[in-house]
Amino acid sequence: MAKVDIDKYPKASLDINIRWCKGCNLCVTICPKGILSLDELGKITVDKPEECIGCGLCEGTCPDFAIKVVKDA
Amino acid sequence: MPSDIIRYFRQETLPHIWCPGCGNGIVLRDFAVALEKLNYPRKEVAIVSGIGCSSRAAGYLDFDTVHTTHGRALPFATGIKMANPELKVFVIMGDGDASSIGGNHLIHACRRNIDLTAIIFNNYIYGMTGGQFSPLTPRNKRATTAPYGMIEQSFDICRLAEAAGATYVGRATTYHNQLLTRLIVEGSKNPGFSLVEAVTHCPTSYGRRNDLKTPTDMVRWQKENAVWIEKIRDGSASLKEEQFAIGVLHRHNAPEFTAEYLEVIKRARK
Ligand SMILES: Cc1ncc(C[n+]2csc(CCOP(=O)(O)OP(=O)(O)O)c2C)c(N)n1
Ligand code: SF4
Ligand code: SF4
Repeated sequence: MAKVDIDKYPKASLDINIRWCKGCNLCVTICPKGILSLDELGKITVDKPEECIGCGLCEGTCPDFAIKVVKDA
Repeated sequence: MPSDIIRYFRQETLPHIWCPGCGNGIVLRDFAVALEKLNYPRKEVAIVSGIGCSSRAAGYLDFDTVHTTHGRALPFATGIKMANPELKVFVIMGDGDASSIGGNHLIHACRRNIDLTAIIFNNYIYGMTGGQFSPLTPRNKRATTAPYGMIEQSFDICRLAEAAGATYVGRATTYHNQLLTRLIVEGSKNPGFSLVEAVTHCPTSYGRRNDLKTPTDMVRWQKENAVWIEKIRDGSASLKEEQFAIGVLHRHNAPEFTAEYLEVIKRARK
């Protein structure tokens, strides 16, 4: 749902606390690269980790503090 | 959540009690980011809340916190601030808590301009008790007690606070994380009563009755209906139906209550 200039952002990886995820789908719909989804248990999965641009929108929208975006050095 | 912020939480209490997708967690995290930016010594911070889903927020934070009674967070906070004016006091309330049962306390806290920072989690209804309308439920929106739509006018809590004398008033949403954090930081630095309205979303009791079926629909609604106050002021935007202004909506200078009171003590002792 958000438009992001992808070249502005360094690559990053996602540090996920799966126990806190409640499967609300907010991160899935906000990710501008569409690389997140919910698995069969309704928990977040990162489908294409290599495509993460580190914009931080998922971290900012997750109501359950389950995602941390770690910028790659 | 950023690892350095998690130290502000009572981690053994997580995951929190809120429903999947509830915006309260987002407001809480933005508040914790503000606390990090403000960087007050932990012992100088007090966080007071009323009763409601949103008021549970205080209990998740590892500071001196008080979870008080419905509508009475401001009287407790006023007592804490008067007893120890050095403390940085934050007050967490729901829209029902702050504007209905606690409405009188709110206008007088504004009028006194006591140095508190109130954060109002506005989900437009009474979440905890099952979605009854509150004084902030917009006209025509449905609630369990307004199944055909709300027929009363709602308060604009920011304009109410401004009219009552609050010296810093701002509004942000759970979509506008950085703005929300900024308003809380500036509100805390303002020497007087600051009110920050955090428009949040309750998918369980509000969204599903008002054609916003998912948390994503609710956040999208915020994105589409929030208009920056700067754009309204310079005439490049105006508020259409359902829309509301975000940003720093008001600020002015006025004598602060605890400082005035300390002056009285000095005078009386002479
Ligand atoms: C004196 C008193 N009256 C009523 C209640 C019942 N009650 C609990 S929470 C609540 C309203 C919650 O709505 P709001 O303040 O908007 O917070 P939310 O749950 O939406 O975050 C009410 C009426 C109570 N706990 N105490
Ligand atoms: S936003 Fe958070 S809680 Fe919701 S699905 Fe994503 S990781 Fe899970
Ligand atoms: S009822 Fe609404 S406000 Fe309360 S926790 Fe659930 S979604 Fe959040």
